Order: sequence, then C-alpha cells, then structure tokens
Amino acid sequence: MKQNQALFEYLLRLGDSNMILGQRLCEWIGQAPALEEEMALGNLALDLIGQARSWLEYAARVEDAGHSADELAFTRDERAYRNLLLVEQANGNFADTLARQYLFDQYHYHLLGALSSSTDAQVAAIAAKGLKEVTYHLRRSSAWIKRLGDGTAESHAKMQQAIDEIWTYSGEMFIADEVDRVLAAAGIGADLDPLQRLWEADVQALLAEATLTCPPLEQYMQRGSKQGLHTEQLGFLLAEMQFLPRAYPGASW
Amino acid sequence: MYAQLVDTGVKRLKTLEEMSPQERDFQQKIDAEIKIEPKNWMPEGYRRTLIRQISQHAHSEIVGMLPEKNWLTRAPNFKRKLQLLAKIQDEGGHGLYLYSAMETLGADREEEIAKLHSGEVKYSSIFNYPTLNWADMGTVGWLVDGAAIVNQVVLQRTSYAPYSRAMIRICKEESFHQRQGYQILLHLMQHGNEAQKAMVQDSINRFWWPALMMFGPHDSDSPNSAQSMAWKIKRMSNDDLRQRFIDQTVPQLELLGCTAPDPALKWNAERGHYDFGEIDWSEFYDVVKGNGPCNRDRLRTRRRAIEEGSWVREAASAYAAKQQQNNAAA
Amino acid sequence: MTDWTLFEVFVRSKHGLNHKHVGSVHAADAAMALENARELYTRRSEGVSLWVVPSALITASSPDEKEPLFDPSDDKVYRHATFYELPKDVGHM
Repeated sequence: MKQNQALFEYLLRLGDSNMILGQRLCEWIGQAPALEEEMALGNLALDLIGQARSWLEYAARVEDAGHSADELAFTRDERAYRNLLLVEQANGNFADTLARQYLFDQYHYHLLGALSSSTDAQVAAIAAKGLKEVTYHLRRSSAWIKRLGDGTAESHAKMQQAIDEIWTYSGEMFIADEVDRVLAAAGIGADLDPLQRLWEADVQALLAEATLTCPPLEQYMQRGSKQGLHTEQLGFLLAEMQFLPRAYPGASW
Repeated sequence: MYAQLVDTGVKRLKTLEEMSPQERDFQQKIDAEIKIEPKNWMPEGYRRTLIRQISQHAHSEIVGMLPEKNWLTRAPNFKRKLQLLAKIQDEGGHGLYLYSAMETLGADREEEIAKLHSGEVKYSSIFNYPTLNWADMGTVGWLVDGAAIVNQVVLQRTSYAPYSRAMIRICKEESFHQRQGYQILLHLMQHGNEAQKAMVQDSINRFWWPALMMFGPHDSDSPNSAQSMAWKIKRMSNDDLRQRFIDQTVPQLELLGCTAPDPALKWNAERGHYDFGEIDWSEFYDVVKGNGPCNRDRLRTRRRAIEEGSWVREAASAYAAKQQQNNAAA
Repeated sequence: MTDWTLFEVFVRSKHGLNHKHVGSVHAADAAMALENARELYTRRSEGVSLWVVPSALITASSPDEKEPLFDPSDDKVYRHATFYELPKDVGHM
C-alpha cells in the first residue's frame, strides 16, 4: 500500500469518527437533562465537528482528486465511511451517551497525544490543537461516569447497563490493519498496542472508582468500520445528515 | 416580543400623590434613570411583573432552540452546521443569563419552568411555527432574531439592573445571529438554483406575518403597557417597535430580491415610514392560546427533557452529597 | 426532585485584572459549577480564571445602609491625589 493512500484512509477514519459523534451529539440539543448540559453538549459537538473539518480538509488535499472536505463529509456513502462503530451507536439515554463518550474520549486523548508527535507536521498540528479540547472532554465525561456510577441505585444500574451494552464496540479502535501498520512504521500514525494498554488501565481504574464493573477485556469485539462495514445505525444517520446535498446535487449553500 | 403579553396586574397608573413614601421614592429613582438592584426595595407588582417578563423571555430562548435544532442535523455543510450549532447554543446560554437575572428577584428557576410546562406561562408565539425548509434557518435568523434584537437593544436600558446587564451581554453576543441568517438567504438568492430561490420566498411568506406578531398587540389593546412603561421595564411601545423593525427590514428584503406577502406594504414619504397591512390578530391569539402548529410538540419536547433528565440530576446530587460526607469524614 | 445549588460566577478576563461577577449557574457541587460556568460564561474566550461561590454564602450590604456605609467617604477629599496642589516646578509626582 502506498503511503499516501494509507494516509488518506487514516485521515478519513479520524475525521469520520469526529463527524459522526458530533452529529449524534447534535441530536441531543434541546433535550439535555439539564439546561447547563445543553451548553456542555453544544461545546462538545462544536469541538468534534471542528476537528472533523480539519482532518477532512487535510484528507481532501492528500487525496488530490478535487473533492472538498464538505463533499467528503456530505456525499460519501455508508460503505465509504470510516468512523468507528462505537460512535455511530444511537444516543439511548444519558448514561448510554456518556458511556459511548467516555470510552471514545479516553481513546481519543491517548491517540491525539501520540499523534501530536507525528512526523507529518500537519497531522501533529491538528492533533496538538485537538488534544487541548479532548483533555477537557475526557475530564467532563470521566466526572459524569463517576456521578452516575456512584450516584443513586437507579443511575448506577443504568450506567452499568450502558457500559455493558456498548462494550462490544470498544475494542475495534485497537485492531490494527495494514493502514495502521504502514503509518505507524513511518512515524505518521499511532502504534495501537501501547495505546490499548493505556486505555485499558485508565478505563479499569475509572470504572472501579465509579463503583462499576469493567466488562472482560477479552470479550468478543465487533469490527468492520475500517473496511466500511457498519452497523445498521449509520445509514439512517447519513440519510439525515446528507439530505440536502443529495436532494440538490451540485447546489451551493 | 419574546414576552408579548405580560400582565402587570395594574390597569391604571397611580399618581405620585397616591403612592406610599416608599413607592414614591422608588418611582422617583426610576424617573431619574437610577437602576434598581436586587436588594433595593421595590413594589410587589414590579417584582412580579419582572419575574413574569424575564421568565417569558428566558423560556422563549430555550424553546426557540427547537425550531432551529430541527435543521441542525440536516445542515448542508461544515460552515453552516457549525454556525447554526453555535447560534442555537448561544440561545441556550441567553436563556440561562436571563434565568440568572430572574433568580436575583427571589424566583426559583425550576418553579418557573414548571409554570412553562403546565402552560401557565407563555413563550414567544413565533416558536410555534414549524421550520419546513433549509431557508427557514436563514429567515429565523434574519426576521425572528432581527425582531428580537430591535426589542432587546431598547431593553438594555431597562430599569432592573441585572436584566439590563443580561440584555447588554445578550445583544453583544447576538450581533452575529442576524447576520448569519441573512447571509444564508443572500447566498441562496445569489448562488442558488431556482429551487433554492423558491425556498427563500416560501420561507419569507410563512414567517413574515408571524415575525410582525412578535411585537405583541396594538398599543390600544395592551392594557398593561402603561405601567410597564412607567416602571421602565418596557421602553418603547409595541407599535413603535414594530414600525422600527419594518422600516429597517424592507430595504434588506429588497436587496434579497424577494417580496413580502403584504400588498399594502409601501413607503409613505409623508410619514417617513413604511405603511403595512393589518395583522391577522385572530391567528395571533389562537397561537398564544396553544393552537399554533407546534405548540404541543414544543412543550412536549421540553417537558420530556426535564422529566427524563430527573434521574441524572438526582444522581449528581446524590454523588455530591456522598463526596461531601467522605470529605468531612477524612 | 433534588435541587441543585445556585452558584455565583466570577471571571477574570485577563491576567492582572480582578475577577468580576458575571451571573450564576446551577450545579450539584462546586466542581460541576466550575465546569458549567466554563461552558456558559467563557464561550468567546472571555476568561483566564473562574471562581464559583454558593450564592447563599455571600453576605451583601443592605441598600438601607448605603448612607452610613458610603456617604462618609464622600467628603474625605484629602484621600485623593488631586486634592494636593503643588507648584508646577515640582514636576510629576
């Protein structure tokens, strides 16, 4: 695999995961469990969609096929999307959303930490900027996991169930393929093995602090997004998100 | 406006002679443009009316997020999506600034929100209209925020200091909202295809009259206005504000190359203002009474958010209490 | 339903300036109040530092006491530099 082609794929993965999670968070607007939480979810979604734009703008330059970041995000079909299965899962209740968010934030934090020292200057710059935002995301979602895990009996049960149900989508981020290996070897991408060890230790510690049980690490993990094989959730999300550009091809907004 | 029908409970103004010494002292302060701070003495009616007005204003900001959220997940590109999200989020923030000002009067936010959910207290009628195409995101920013800004600019001088301070902050932040909306429309008219241009005109046709209704009934039908004006809670009459809005909006409408659904709309050189047709007040009162296209949906959404979030808020409180106990024990 | 606490929020807008009162937030505890204040009052880079204080813990002076508290300082003009007139020859002091 050529390095450029691998880099394009890699940038799509980074951009798409941010985009899809940002879109999911937009669905919460106007319906958060507290007004203060509306503000927090809005800031979070703004950060993630902003990061998605940076990654996809770079992806468009690397691809060099005349696509814009907008076209990559708003016209690519499901099978060409590269976001993690984790982030496309439906919002569910607030505990479900928080479980998804925390498991992603914990990964995102270590990933951007690693990418900040990428040999690709552009990757390093986008990662370093994003890392500041994600450090705060992680702090917030960690605090919520503790509040819900160690709050009331009801919140504890909901939080535990949320972790248990989303868990099978958490392992995919560490399953390396050729793209990961080519870029890690070149010092552009992150080596996923050390990332996984950091993630597991952090998640186990936080869940313990939150009085929650960490599901078995060796449990079977769903996979496929790196080849564009998604759950049934993504198609509907894209149908909504891409409605206008698809209904009015070539129109300018 | 965002608070269209605020009952002051007063149908006739007291003269200075009829007032108690405290009331007279209060009114003289207001007349001298001295701002009232939370701990100052104030007539009960002033406090009650302000709570009502500020809470309606705050509720409008919060409910007003919903018609825009309706297109947030369908915004057509990065730029529009980020702008719209930032704007909707600002509205949430403005609701919170206003609740914060309201709480300085001794009102409880949750109690006031419960009144919204029970239908006892209203929010602006405009948010009971649906957003049916993307151009509505432009029209809402341009006409709806535009109408709100005309009112809010004047309210920066309102007599109650925390309300005035909130308005100043809100006006500063909202300056981008109307531009954001107008730019959406201008772009569609200048760079759009026929279908997109048709969206714009359709959107203006639907929002024009409801936007004019935002300023509330005619002055002659606003029995509470006199007291609100005397207290300087309100600083310009409904009809004056409406006229000001129309005068500044029509040139912008012409620049878009669109028309208003009002055959009577034309410049009157003698008055130095635009003349316009009569508002359908039966529609206005129907919507205020709860019969607008979206009244039920909007309230249901807000009620559900607070109800379904109660276990989350309780958990946070329980966790905080545990932490405090642990800290005390340590 | 358990009520959250009302906290007053103070923002330092720039290094070297005082914290200034900007409004309030609701939160279950102080840590959450800080986060909520960050989300609400610093969306446009308005701050470099935040304080949150439970509103109930603030003691305020009463407006009724305005005269005894503050008027006595009105006539102490000798506390202000402009009160002291010096010959021009002294230069800047």
